[in-house]
Amino acid sequence: MRVVDVFPDLLGTYGDGGNAVVLAQRLRWRGMGAEVVRAPSGSPVPASADIYCLGGGEDGPQAQAAAALAEDGSLARAVAGGAVVLAVCAGFQIVGATFAGADGRPRAGVGLIDVASRRGTGRRAVGEILVEAPEMGGLLTGYENHGGVTELGPGVAPLGRVLAGVGNGTGGATEGAVAGRVVATYLHGPVLARNPALADHLLEMVVGPLPALADPDVEELRSERLAALGRGWRRRQRTASGGAGEGRRHGGRGVPLAPRRGDHLEAR
Amino acid sequence: MRHLPARSAVAAPLGLAVAAASRRLGRGSGSVIGGRVTLALDPGALRQLAGGHALGLVSGTNGKTTTTRLLASALATAGPVVSNQTGSNLPAGLVAALAQAPAGAAGALEVDEAWLGHVVEEVSPVAVALLNLSRDQLDRVSEVRSLGARWRAAVAGRPRLRVVANCDDPIVAWAASAASQVTWVAAGQAWRLDAGGCPACEARIRFEGEDWSCPSCGLARPRPEAWLEGESLALAGGGRIGFRLGLPGRFNRANAAMAAVLAAAMGVELDKALEAMATVGDVEGRYQVLTLAGPRPLRARLLLAKNPAGWSELLDLVSPPPAPVVLAINARVADGRDPSWLWDVPFERLAGRPAVATGERRRDLAVRLRYADVCHQVVEDLVEAVRRAGAEGTSAGSPDDGGASATVDVIANYTAFQDLRAALLARGAR
Repeated sequence: MRVVDVFPDLLGTYGDGGNAVVLAQRLRWRGMGAEVVRAPSGSPVPASADIYCLGGGEDGPQAQAAAALAEDGSLARAVAGGAVVLAVCAGFQIVGATFAGADGRPRAGVGLIDVASRRGTGRRAVGEILVEAPEMGGLLTGYENHGGVTELGPGVAPLGRVLAGVGNGTGGATEGAVAGRVVATYLHGPVLARNPALADHLLEMVVGPLPALADPDVEELRSERLAALGRGWRRRQRTASGGAGEGRRHGGRGVPLAPRRGDHLEAR
Repeated sequence: MRHLPARSAVAAPLGLAVAAASRRLGRGSGSVIGGRVTLALDPGALRQLAGGHALGLVSGTNGKTTTTRLLASALATAGPVVSNQTGSNLPAGLVAALAQAPAGAAGALEVDEAWLGHVVEEVSPVAVALLNLSRDQLDRVSEVRSLGARWRAAVAGRPRLRVVANCDDPIVAWAASAASQVTWVAAGQAWRLDAGGCPACEARIRFEGEDWSCPSCGLARPRPEAWLEGESLALAGGGRIGFRLGLPGRFNRANAAMAAVLAAAMGVELDKALEAMATVGDVEGRYQVLTLAGPRPLRARLLLAKNPAGWSELLDLVSPPPAPVVLAINARVADGRDPSWLWDVPFERLAGRPAVATGERRRDLAVRLRYADVCHQVVEDLVEAVRRAGAEGTSAGSPDDGGASATVDVIANYTAFQDLRAALLARGAR
């Protein structure tokens, strides 16, 4: 398995390079070979890899990365050939059709998925975020830090539903996007470090069903993060379910706050 | 106190009185609240109080407090010195320090990166040292590149300002090149992940050995006038000045080089400046070795790192395996609320050392260490974490002083460092 960390020099500002490390280690711990390839800008993007990871970055480097990826073409060809993509924050915006450049004007994305991002009009979304994503490993915990909002096109499903935080920011409490083998999100943490079920989901898209791994460290981290959010969140949830309608950002269903042991998905 | 306009003459003493009250109430040194009161009463207080002092400012992501301390020790060879040595580096902290300055004292002032422009405008310094810029507290502070642009604006159009700048950091070099007078020092920047894109034109910077250049716009590493060579500071004119420091690490020698050249710009001879720095043994508790008494006395060397670049430097400094190491992480506002940066720190280099994770975000750290294949335990209590590591060190047979005590390296980020040092002192460590 080859995992490419795409342009860590441009899209490595928020620690998202950890996602590639998590993917590779989780395969190695199961006795399989895995290699992380750091692919800096200025050189061709490796053509034959199994998973490509794109992370968050500043406005200028984001525009540079989008232009370089469009010109290089390897990423789009790899996706057409069945590669999996995890795109985070600026990476999420880059794999879409358009996003706002540093000057606020729209720039062309790589167009791997039908989403469009623009500058938000409100405050920058900064803080802990909790997302319910039943098909992607249950509850996703992370940290968001973005000024952009992202609209999903008709063929694109959200990654999950926002229980606390902002997410895509376009109404409907959606977070992230999933289309084919591209998974995109605003969650840092890095997202795969905090949500091993999502990591295993991506790996299983490539290698098929995997045995569960014991993760005591990450289970404790998830419990702590969920508990830190949970106090305020549970309160809002009670209020919301007591009313006639369901609060837009509050889950009405009982979602277990404690992480489930080995809560990754069934093979799909 | 020297003559001040009426408003500042009232505001500054009132600020001092509030600071004294705050100290008596046990709310810290009181410097910041006193400064805030002064500024609230007189928004022009910083400008007024700075008058009559020759000031050297120090700014950058890493090394501000230490460099300021080294500069203060160098300036002290020539006369009285005022310095904000508690690290209160926003305008209120500067006001508090200057309000207590002896008449005519030279100043060594640390300034927050984001406030440099405002402070330069207010205090008209003689010289400014620009150390480095890298990612830090991403949830609240401007991103690295925009800080560089603000620095550039801060030093431009000031014909009398002397800028001492690190030529090894492309963002710093770009910012400083807008100044009329620059002395370039090769202070190093091992951390290059934030300098990949050219700050001037966004093309990709090419690094070759210690050199760097932009193939597109021609921005390139300026030729340094001072650099480190072995145990010396080498000068473009051909001189070499050997010097020793009480502080460990290559990065502190680089801080000393920056401080010495800044001191020289303020009238202190380079060799005298460097000689004076040898007496600095710890800086606000950083690099301090505290001993916990007990049947087996335990020594803890306290190291502070706030961001990936700083951590990366310290991971090279800690004792080799199998010596144990304590790592303490918080994510309060002053630390940055998002600890994702832990994944930018090459913790893999700790392999072979038993590690103890502590601090409020010890669990994020534990996950990071697991993925770095570093053996670790997680301990909530800060002092217990140090003791546990000491026990590991004993069983691992780490070098100690004649078998009587073990030494543990402790690396902590900002508020975790303060908590841990306070906890050790509260339990009788000296």
